[in-house]
Amino acid sequence: MNPLPTQHPQPIIEVEGLVRKFGKRTVLNGISFTVNKGDTFVIMGGSGCGKSTLLRHLIGSMKPTSGSVKVFGQETTGLDSDEMDDIRKRFGMLFQSGALMQSMTIGENVALPIREHTKLAPDVIDLMVKMKLEIVGLSGFENHYPAEISGGMKKRVGLARAIALDPELLFSDEPTSGLDPIMTAVVDELTVEQTRKLGMTVVVVTHDMTSAFRIGTRMIMLGAGKRQGTIIASGTPDEIRAHPDPEVQQFILGKADGPVPLKLSESDYINSLLGTPAPREMPWNKAENRRPTRWRRSTT
Amino acid sequence: MRGYLRLNGSLLWWLFGAPWTGQMFSITMVFRQMVMIGVRAVPMVALTAFSIGFTLAMQSSHELQKLGATMFVPDLVSVSLLRELGPVLIAVIVIGRSASAVTAELGTMKVSEEIEALEVMAINPVRFLIVPRVVAMMVMLPALTIFGNYIGMVGGWTVCRGFLDIQTTTYISRSVMAAHPWDLYSGIVKSGVFAWFVSTIACYTGLEVEGGAEGVGRSTTSSVVACLLTMLAANAGLTALFFFL
Repeated sequence: MNPLPTQHPQPIIEVEGLVRKFGKRTVLNGISFTVNKGDTFVIMGGSGCGKSTLLRHLIGSMKPTSGSVKVFGQETTGLDSDEMDDIRKRFGMLFQSGALMQSMTIGENVALPIREHTKLAPDVIDLMVKMKLEIVGLSGFENHYPAEISGGMKKRVGLARAIALDPELLFSDEPTSGLDPIMTAVVDELTVEQTRKLGMTVVVVTHDMTSAFRIGTRMIMLGAGKRQGTIIASGTPDEIRAHPDPEVQQFILGKADGPVPLKLSESDYINSLLGTPAPREMPWNKAENRRPTRWRRSTT
Repeated sequence: MRGYLRLNGSLLWWLFGAPWTGQMFSITMVFRQMVMIGVRAVPMVALTAFSIGFTLAMQSSHELQKLGATMFVPDLVSVSLLRELGPVLIAVIVIGRSASAVTAELGTMKVSEEIEALEVMAINPVRFLIVPRVVAMMVMLPALTIFGNYIGMVGGWTVCRGFLDIQTTTYISRSVMAAHPWDLYSGIVKSGVFAWFVSTIACYTGLEVEGGAEGVGRSTTSSVVACLLTMLAANAGLTALFFFL
């Protein structure tokens, strides 16, 4: 009896030794990972750890200092804008703010990529727009302008626009930030649904742990502080949950203090800056160093 | 400067090269911008042009009366409007009203990630955003200049008819006799050149905005200043060129 054929994972994105420096500051330091077809790949990490910078390298908006980024098997770091556009036509992107064209209606926004990249008749485009808006629960809003709808609705319109051409790959930058829990669940459900129905590969950048564990099939976490710009954990959601790294656990559990220290007082900040314990009382707080205020009456 | 020249090169490609390869810019967007940049500026241009013609006729009649030469007022109004004042002052109005709006709009689009979104959707921002604005300005500024010239002459006629006892037919015939067709054409050529500089500078400054709402405000101010100075320098250059031709 022949053994069942094994399904080999098909890499959609391959990142190898990605380094990005801004002046002397290294934001990404030797990042390597692979995203396979059908994955919902979550990039996690604290604010300012380089998640969005990494995403901008994946979509070709930024060029790395060194390293390689392959999307659909093609090296993107050396491509000119026309060659990059051929790749970009195959993926969609949901921006953190939605990034909708303010001068266009919701319908025109969703129709924009279809009008620009296909030769479909206007009737067909209108139908497609209605369908995409129906998917994100916004049918009937075609003629509204972005300024007339809420932040959560803008994100859903951004999602409708990102999936307008049924892309093979969807990038999502903080898709649930600023949304209420119900709307967060709706956006997550939409992402999972699209992945399952269309066989779409999704890359999500988020620091919303609930959402990340709900939708992610594979995850990486970027470090902060001394481990800034490196991957400190990677694996399936279960592997990340059970990860022994205390920084990962602090992030998952949302603890204020831990390997990323809690800084509340002046001495905490001075300790972290100088690396030495600060004096109990700051020189500028000592009574002899204080400038007398005008309204304080002299005792002499 | 290199970025500005690159934008100009890119614009020329999307205007004259790309349409031959089937990548045409959107005519709908051009008309939309023509309304924003030109049609909505009509009341302001009309008011300014009328007051310029009116003032020009008043001031000149005051001096020419001393010489008994008030009959030359229509000549002076038509020639100075067609050659110089019309193109320059209407360009000033359009810079203050429309070029600043273009910079502010593009700058806001830049800081709210709209331009990056276009790039990620594989839509070239120069083709989609800049070409319609430049084409609209190239059409509307000369059109507004011609319109402003006529309104300015109406302003001059008001003074001549109302205060100087110059008949309407005399005013028209003297205005037409005094001005050569080249005076009108040179004004239109000037406004076409101004339109190119003003629109490209306004667009370039908008695309280069950094740093949120404050950056948008700063760039809008510098855009208006740069547009005005470039327009005045171009005017001096073109006037000298036409003078020696």
